[in-house]
Amino acid sequence: MTQSDQYNFAYLDEQTKRMIRRALLKGLAIPGYQVPFASREMPMPYGWGTGGVQVSAACLTPEDTLKVIDQGADDTTNAVSIRKFFERTAGVATTEHTPDASLIQTRHRIPETPLTQDQILVYQVPIPEPLRFLEPRETETRKMHELQEYGLMHVRLYEDIAQHGHIATAYAYPVRVEGRYVMDPSPIPKFDNPKLGDCPAIQLFGAGREQRIYALPPYTQVVSLDFDDHPFDPSKADHDCALCGAADSYLDEVIVDDRGGRIFVCSDTDYCAGRRAETGGPE
Amino acid sequence: MYVAVKGGERAIDNAHAWLAEERRGDTDIAELSIDQIREQLALAVNRVMAEGSLYDPDLAALAIKQARGDLIEAIFLIRAYRTTLPRLGHSEPVDTGAMACERRISATFKDLPGGQVLGPTFDYTHRLLDFALAAEGDAAPPAPQAPADDVPKPRVSDFLNREGLIETQPDSDTPPPDLTRAPLEFPAERALRLQSLARGDEGFVLGMAYSTQRGYGRTHAFVGELRMGQVAVEMEIPELGFAIEIGEITLTECETVNQFKGSKTEPAQFTRGYGLVFGHSERKAISMSLVDRALRWQELGEENSGAPAQDEEFVLAHADNIQAMGFLEHIKLPHYVDFQSELELVRKIRAEASQAATPEAAE
Repeated sequence: MTQSDQYNFAYLDEQTKRMIRRALLKGLAIPGYQVPFASREMPMPYGWGTGGVQVSAACLTPEDTLKVIDQGADDTTNAVSIRKFFERTAGVATTEHTPDASLIQTRHRIPETPLTQDQILVYQVPIPEPLRFLEPRETETRKMHELQEYGLMHVRLYEDIAQHGHIATAYAYPVRVEGRYVMDPSPIPKFDNPKLGDCPAIQLFGAGREQRIYALPPYTQVVSLDFDDHPFDPSKADHDCALCGAADSYLDEVIVDDRGGRIFVCSDTDYCAGRRAETGGPE
Repeated sequence: MYVAVKGGERAIDNAHAWLAEERRGDTDIAELSIDQIREQLALAVNRVMAEGSLYDPDLAALAIKQARGDLIEAIFLIRAYRTTLPRLGHSEPVDTGAMACERRISATFKDLPGGQVLGPTFDYTHRLLDFALAAEGDAAPPAPQAPADDVPKPRVSDFLNREGLIETQPDSDTPPPDLTRAPLEFPAERALRLQSLARGDEGFVLGMAYSTQRGYGRTHAFVGELRMGQVAVEMEIPELGFAIEIGEITLTECETVNQFKGSKTEPAQFTRGYGLVFGHSERKAISMSLVDRALRWQELGEENSGAPAQDEEFVLAHADNIQAMGFLEHIKLPHYVDFQSELELVRKIRAEASQAATPEAAE
């Protein structure tokens, strides 16, 4: 008996998947609103992507092709582990190639290759509440969302500018969805924020430990918070990729010796490999 | 040539193989059996059942073996297994008043109907290492036995009640909420708080309870009664139309009696805190009852002194060790991307600061 015989397709039982799908539908109907859901204990720890895994499990069908990335890469340990989990429990096809995937689960990045209407992007979310570090109480933050009381967030961003000359948030940069809810885009670098809006794919966000699901339907308006005189700046390292030469992709800094030597390479390994294959660059 | 993080898959497989070898330890030493763990590390098994929210000593023992004795890891294994089990129904409320007590003590009355039963407790042992235990094959002599008494052991709170000295807790037929099937939302009713505390981390609940004793939300608790023993679990079978006994479980129950000065509507009387835990887990049951009482400040019209143990959001959101350990330990996962974006921001701010400082230095 293989492992997959002992568990339902994609691990979760159908009742649980239904419960999650209801939360997803509600999330899609109210873009950016955090829907409480009865998150289950998963066979990987909270913080390892249990929210994303539950959302993926609820969305997967046997015909799907799954891609899993962590930090933009398909071969980081946790991406490998989650991909194996679904290979074992759902038996779905997997790919590392962004255009071939129908469902992509991600931690901390949005793929560089533009997504399409046939794709779902599932984010793993640690702290879904964008106001959490301004107000630790859930009862309070829910009220703030109800009343669209987002002044505190603007004050914080303003204080950053007063103190540092910049908004000192480099990742998990807050956004406003369709002029209504302020939303945490998960800890993606702010470089990725412009890809959130007007995206043809469905974007789903799962926070397992915090028991929240939220969503962006296709072509939703998503605006990074800023000020007229301090417009949002999706910055990245001021280099080109050392492997594929891309000037438009988000770069990881890799330390190559103990004398301060470093190179910058694409964090999206599939994008980088694809470019190298086209140009015959280094493997 | 630069190889970033390739080989993740092989590294994971090798790590698991190494872990399995470490778990077994020196193969010249006999392997632990599940039975040995269940029988000889029973209190560890109890803790895993309580915080894993699954009453199954064999599975708990297996989890402890698999987790190399890391009890939180064992609790995690049990929780992850438990969540896959089908819900066939729910039991009738257990009657702890009819418990077959192995231990039953009251700190508020010297003697009481049913008597004090000390039972198997560490309370009056001297904590001296027993080197005789280090010698193998040292079987403990059997403990002396008294004939079983069938004297009923009514709850202390019940006879305080006759004088109206303690608050009454009216029966309720409302089905309790289920923390494992609905998201935790605030404010939480008492039944939900108790459910959360019952599976909460023993160390966390102990720390919270201790803080109330040291003045952070003081509730003047006495252990009215602490009892441990077996209770029957009954379940109504739809085909039969009545409840039948489906098994027995060991529980520890603690009821504290707390001073209450009275309010505008209530005369001075004692109030209660309640703790109920799977297995023999006194420390947890007592801690739970203190925290339960502290969390009831609003219902009893007491003052919120701003103490952590009075704050249900703080207590309930942080009591679960599986949530806590997961989120804490996840920071060892890769965060290259976030760190990179911070690096760039810090470099940018520093560059601007040094540029701003240079003209002044030249003057």
